[in-house]
Amino acid sequence: MAFTFAAFCYMLSLVLCSSLICFAIWNIIAFDELRTDLRSPIDQCNPLHARERLRNIERICFLLRRLVLPEYSIHGLFCIMFLCAQEWLTLGLNIPLLFYNLWRYFHSPTDNNELMYDPATVMNDETLNYCQKEAWCKMSFYLMSFFYYLYWLMCGPQACEQTVGETRTSLPLSISIAHAPLATVVTVSWISRFLGSFRQTYLSDLVLPELIFYIEICSDSESK
Amino acid sequence: MQQPLSTGHGAPLQNSSSAPEHHQQVPNKAPLAPTAGQYDFTYYQNDYQAPVHNIIRPSLCPTSSGSPQGPGQIYTTLPLGPSLIAPQGPNLIAARPQLDHIPQQAGYVPSGGYYPGQVSYNVPFQSTTQGVYPHSTTSVNNAHPGFSYHHAMPVSSTQYSVPLTSQTLHPASSQPLVGVLPSRVKPLPETRQRHTQASFQPYPAGNTGAAWQPLPEASVTTPTSPIVNPTVTSSSANSQTSTVPPLLMPHHVNQSYLPDRPNVATLPAVGAPHARRPPPSAHQPVSASASPAPASEAQEGVDTSSSSSSSTNTSLPNNYDALEGGSYQDSSSSATTVPAPSDPRSSMSTKPFGYAYPTLQPAYQNVASPSHSVRQPTGPGYSPGPQQFTRPFSSVNQLSSAMEGLTFQNRQAEALKQVSLLQERNILPPVPIQSPQSNLSPELQKLNCSPDLFRCTLMNIPQTQALLNKAKLPLGLLLHPFRDLTHLPVITSSTIVRCRSCRTYINPFVSFLDQRRWKCNLCYRVNDVPEEFMYNPLTRSYGEPHKRPEVQTATVEFIASSDYMLRPPQPAVYLFVFDVSHNAVESGYLNICCQSLLENFDKLPGDSRTRIGFISFDSTVHFFNLQEGLSQPQMLIVSDIEDIFIPTPDSLLVNLHESKELVKDLLKVLPTMFTSTRETHSALGPALQAAFKLMSATGGRISVFQTQLPSVGVGHLLSREDPNQRSTTKGVHHLGPATDFYKKLALDCSGQQVAVDLFLLSGQYTDMASLACMSKYSAGSIFYYPSFHHIHNPAQVEKFQKDLKRYLIRKIGFEAVMRIRCTKGLSIHTFHGNFFVRSTDLLSLANINPDSGFAVQMSIEESLVDTSIVCFQAALLYTSSKGERRIRVHTLCLPVVNSVADIYAGADVQAITCLLATMAVDRSVSSSLSDARDALINAVVDSFTAYRSTVSNLQQSVLVAPNSLRLFALYILALLKQQAFRTGTSTRLDERVFAMCEIKTQPLVHLMLMIHPNLYRIDNLTDEASIIVGDKMIPQPPILQLSAEKLSKEGAFLMDCGSVMYLWIGKNCNSSFISEVLGFSNYASMPQNMTQLPELNTTLSQRTNSFVSWLRDSRPFLSIIYVVKDDGPFKANFLQKLVEDRTESALSYYEFLLHIQQQISK
Repeated sequence: MAFTFAAFCYMLSLVLCSSLICFAIWNIIAFDELRTDLRSPIDQCNPLHARERLRNIERICFLLRRLVLPEYSIHGLFCIMFLCAQEWLTLGLNIPLLFYNLWRYFHSPTDNNELMYDPATVMNDETLNYCQKEAWCKMSFYLMSFFYYLYWLMCGPQACEQTVGETRTSLPLSISIAHAPLATVVTVSWISRFLGSFRQTYLSDLVLPELIFYIEICSDSESK
Repeated sequence: MQQPLSTGHGAPLQNSSSAPEHHQQVPNKAPLAPTAGQYDFTYYQNDYQAPVHNIIRPSLCPTSSGSPQGPGQIYTTLPLGPSLIAPQGPNLIAARPQLDHIPQQAGYVPSGGYYPGQVSYNVPFQSTTQGVYPHSTTSVNNAHPGFSYHHAMPVSSTQYSVPLTSQTLHPASSQPLVGVLPSRVKPLPETRQRHTQASFQPYPAGNTGAAWQPLPEASVTTPTSPIVNPTVTSSSANSQTSTVPPLLMPHHVNQSYLPDRPNVATLPAVGAPHARRPPPSAHQPVSASASPAPASEAQEGVDTSSSSSSSTNTSLPNNYDALEGGSYQDSSSSATTVPAPSDPRSSMSTKPFGYAYPTLQPAYQNVASPSHSVRQPTGPGYSPGPQQFTRPFSSVNQLSSAMEGLTFQNRQAEALKQVSLLQERNILPPVPIQSPQSNLSPELQKLNCSPDLFRCTLMNIPQTQALLNKAKLPLGLLLHPFRDLTHLPVITSSTIVRCRSCRTYINPFVSFLDQRRWKCNLCYRVNDVPEEFMYNPLTRSYGEPHKRPEVQTATVEFIASSDYMLRPPQPAVYLFVFDVSHNAVESGYLNICCQSLLENFDKLPGDSRTRIGFISFDSTVHFFNLQEGLSQPQMLIVSDIEDIFIPTPDSLLVNLHESKELVKDLLKVLPTMFTSTRETHSALGPALQAAFKLMSATGGRISVFQTQLPSVGVGHLLSREDPNQRSTTKGVHHLGPATDFYKKLALDCSGQQVAVDLFLLSGQYTDMASLACMSKYSAGSIFYYPSFHHIHNPAQVEKFQKDLKRYLIRKIGFEAVMRIRCTKGLSIHTFHGNFFVRSTDLLSLANINPDSGFAVQMSIEESLVDTSIVCFQAALLYTSSKGERRIRVHTLCLPVVNSVADIYAGADVQAITCLLATMAVDRSVSSSLSDARDALINAVVDSFTAYRSTVSNLQQSVLVAPNSLRLFALYILALLKQQAFRTGTSTRLDERVFAMCEIKTQPLVHLMLMIHPNLYRIDNLTDEASIIVGDKMIPQPPILQLSAEKLSKEGAFLMDCGSVMYLWIGKNCNSSFISEVLGFSNYASMPQNMTQLPELNTTLSQRTNSFVSWLRDSRPFLSIIYVVKDDGPFKANFLQKLVEDRTESALSYYEFLLHIQQQISK
C-alpha cells in the first residue's frame, strides 16, 4: 500500500477520531454527573454540601470548557487535511459539523470569550438536555466516522488502486468492515452500560477529581 | 320583597333618565372629538390618536357618533348584527352582574340578610346569553379556624426550648404591640413572656371586638328595600334593553349607577372593609376566630417555656413578623400614621389590594367572616363580569354544593366567551384583575394556595404536551414564596411527615386511604401515617390525621428538626461595602445611608449572635476594626489591591450588641471622613473579594453601595454604552456582562451562603449588566437610583431613604434552598429569578427576602390521563434571623383537562404575560432584543390563531380572543413599550438592564404595574365606593385605560407604575383641586418638578392623600410621585406610559391589533 497523503490523512484522523470519541464520552459522563446529585434530599439542602456541590459543578464546567477548544481544533484539522488531500466526499461529510462548531464557538452570549457551559445556567434542565443530546450525537458521529476512516484507509479507492492483486490485506479487513455496523452497535451499548456502572460507582468521588486535577496541572504548566 | 322585581320592570325609564345627571360628574363625559382636539401636546402633534379612530369609526359604528350615551361607547354599539355581538358586547357584561342578583335579592332579602349566602341564580336572562353567570358559589366562610398549634409532646418542647428562649423580641417592635390592648395581657410568670403573650393577644381582640363587631349589625339592618330597589330596577332595565343595539357601555353603566350602590353610599363603613382584597403585605384579613384564645391558654398550660416562635403560629402573623424583625407592615403602618392603637392591625387586615374575588378567597382568610357577614359588592355597576361581584355570604352554606356544577359551567362559559378585540373598545375592566378560576371543586379550591403566593399560567393543566402545544400558551409557575404573610401556621413537630420516595411534604391534597396510610399526591406512593401525626393538638383529639393543620392549609411553615442541618444555623451577618470615592461623596448618599442605619440599628433582624462589619473603598480598600474594648473605631487601609488580604480577620465582623457603641460611632463619623477626598478611582472588585473573604466563614449578606464604574483592580469595567445608540431600533448590544469576574464571585459567594445586594446610585453609565451579575447568581437584590444626588434630586433621596429602611428591617432568611416538586409527568425545565440552580430541581438561595419572586417554565413529559388533579409544591428551607431552621411549604393544586377550550378558560393572562416577560429577558440576553420582541408578538399571534382554529367557529376576518385572554394583546403591547423591551425611544442601557432585572425578580403584582400601569382620575374623588382602612376612607376611583383620550384638561390623573407614580394635572384643572390638594393658587403657579403631595387640611386633600398612601402601602418600596405639568420635565415619561396610544416609534393598541390580525390571516 503506497503511502499517499490521503492515506496519511485517514490514518491520522483515525487516531485523532478516537480521541474525539473519548472527549464525547467524557462530555456525556460530565452531563450525567451534573444532572444527578447522588444525595438524599436532606443532604442536598445542607449548606456544607452546597459548597462541595458548587465546587463540583464549577470544576466540571471548567473542564468542559477546556475541552471545547481542543475538540473543535482537532475537527477543524480534519477538515483542512481532507481539503488538502482533495477528499471531497469526506470533507463534505465533515463540513456541517464544522459549521455547527463555529456557530457554537462564536455565538456566545457574553461579550468576552466565555463559552457555553456556564455554571450559572448549565443546570437548567433545558440546557442540560440540549448539551447531553449534543454530546450523544457527536459521539455517534465520531464513532461512525471512525469506521468510515478505517474503511477508506484500508480499502478506499486510493488504497485499492495501489493494492490490486495483493489479496493479502483485503480479506480480514473486508470481514471487519462488514461487521462495522454491528461493531458500532456493540460498542455503543457497551459504552452506555459502562457509563451506567461507572457513574454509580466512583465517578464523582474518584475519577472526576483525578481527571480534573490532572487537567489543572496541565493547564498550570501551560500557563507557566 | 317581590316588589323590587315588578317595580324594576317599570323603572327603566326613570333610571336611564337619571344616568345623564351622573354623567355630569363622571370623568369621561367629554366627547371624544373635543378631547382629542383639546390636546395641545406637542408630543402628539394633534393627530396622535384621532386619525386612527376617525378611520375606524365610520366603518365600525356608523350610528354611534350621534348617540347620546357619550363617546366611549363608540365601539360597542355595533352594527354587525346582534347574533354575533350579543355574547361579546360589553353591555352584556355590564348588565349581567346586575341581573345576577335580582333573584337573589328578591328571594332573600326578606330573610333578613342583605346578601344572605350562596344563592343560586336563575336569571331570566339565560335564554338570551350563553348562560347564567353567577358569581362563584364557593362558600368562603368557615374555612379554617386559624390554628394555633402547639405540639403538646414534651419531647418537642424541650427540644426547642434552648434555641427558642434565646430569642429576644425586638423591643421596638414588641412594645407597640403590647400597648395595643393591655387589657388582654395575661399574667405570666416572666416579663418577657408577657411581652410575647401580649403581642399575640391584641390581634383577635382588636378585630373581633373593636373594629369588627359593629359591622354585622349595621350590615343587616341598613340595607332596606328602597335602597336595594334602584339596583334591581336598573339591572332589569338593562335586561330589557339588552337586545336593543345601542346599549350602555360598561363604563357608563358604572357611572350612571353610582348612586345605586346603596350600601356603599349610605354605609361606607359597612361595605368597605370586606369589599376588596387586602394588599399583598397584609394579605389575609386577620382571622379572628374562636381559636386564638383557647390556644393561648393552651400555651400557658402546656408550654410555659414560651416557645415564642411556636406560639406565633396562631393567626397573628404580624407578631411573627415583629419577632422576626422586619416586615413592611411595620413601616406601612407608621406611614399611614393611624392614631388609634388597634388601627394599624385592622388597617393591615383590611388594607385591600384588589377587589374581592369571591371564590378565590384563600381558605384561611375567611375565618373571621361568618361572624360578620358583610360581604357586599363595591358597586355592582363597576363589575364588567360577574366575577367581580363580591360574594356575600352568611352561614347559609347548603346551597353551595348544589350549585357547584352549574357554577363550573358558567364560569367556563364566561371565561370562554369570545371577545372581538377590534370591536371591544373599553376592554380594560375598571377594577384590578384577579386570577381566573380553575375547574377545581370548591372544597379543594378552598384549600388551595393563595394566588398571591403561587400562581400558574394555566389554571387548568392540559393532559398532554400535544394538547399544550395546540393551545400555544406557555406553561409555568410564578412564585412569591417568602412573602410577608399575615397568617401563617407554624408547626413544631419532632417528625415532619413526608413521602418516603419523593420527599413531598404532607399537604391538603394527599388522600388518606385509611387512618394509618396516606397516598402521596405527587408520586402516588402509599405512606404510613406516623403515630405522632395521629394526635391533633388543635382539637386535642386522637385519630384524626386529616384534621391536622398540615392537611388543612396549603401554606405552612415547619420548624425543622436537627436532621435538616449539618452545621449549626448561621447567625445573621451583615457586611456593608461603601463606595467613598469623590463621586460617591459628591452624591451625598453616605450620609443618608449611615443615618438610616443608625435609625434602624435596633431593628436589624437578628438575635444575640448578629454580626456586622463595614468596608469602604476608593482606589484602596479600608477596613474598620470594631473590636470590643477599643475606644474608637480603627480604620485599616489596604492599598495592595492586586492581592487583597484581610488585615485583622477577627475584629472586622463584630457582634452587633457587644460593639454597639463603636458601630454607632463609626456610622456617625463615616460620612465626614471622606468629605475632602480627591480619589476618583473605584476598586470595587478588590473590595468585593475582601468582603467575600471576610464573609466566607459564616455566610450572610453583603450590601454594596456603588456610584460609578469600577476603574481599578480586578473586575474593572469600561464604558460600553454609546449614547447615540440609545434610541436605535436596530439592536441593543451589551445586555450581557463584560466580564465574568462578578459572576464567578457571585458563584463563590453562593457556595459560601453569601448574598450580595447591590445599590447602584449613579448618574452615569455604570455597566449594570456586568455589576448585576454579583446579585443575580448569589440570590441578592438590585436597587438602582439613577441620577441620585442629595440636593438636586430630593425625590430619589426620599426613595432611597425609605427603600433602605425597608431593606434593613425586612425579614431575611439565610442559607436557603428552594425545591419545587410537581406531580409525576410534569417537569420543570427553566427557572427565572435570582439564584443559583444547584441541581435540576433545587435552587440555591444564599439569602431569601420577602420581596423577590420566581418563575419557572414547565413541560408535560408524560401524559396525565390517569389523574384528574396535579399538584405543585414549593418548599423553602431557610435559617431565620433568629437562627432557626424553618421550612415554608406552599402547595398548589390544579385540575387536569382534556380540551383546548378548558385550557383557554383557565388561562391567567397576567401570569402568562409575566412569564413571557421573563422568557423575553432571557431571549434578549442570549439572542437579541429584536428576537425577544418578535417572540412576544408571536406569542399573541400564535395563541389567537390556535384559539380561532380550535375553539372559535367564527368567520376568518374577526380577531377574537377568549374572554380570559382579552387583555393579552394589550399587555404584550405594554410589554413591548416597557423600558426593558422598547426600541426607538431613548432608553439608557443601565435603565434597560435594570428593568430586565426587575422583570426577572419582581413578584407578579408589582410586575404587572410595571408593565401596565393603572390610571385613575383623582380630581373628583368621592367617598362613594370607598373602602375603610383603619379609620380612613380610601376612595376607589375606577381604573382608566392608558390612553390620552381618557385624559381631560379639566382633570387630574394619577398613573401608578409601581415604583413611580405620575400625577398629571390638566391645564384647566379645577382650581379647587390645585389649591386644596396641591396647595397652589392656580395652575401657573405650580412648580415644574413637584414630587410631593402636601398634607393639607381639606377633605379633598385628605382623600387624595389617603388614596395615594394606600397605593403606596401596598408595595414594599416607596413609589416616587411626580407631578406632571404639560410643560414639565416628566411629561414625556408620562406620555410614554400611555401604552394604548401611538408614539413616534410604536404602534397604538388598535394598530397593534390590526397587525396581529394581519399576521393571523397570513
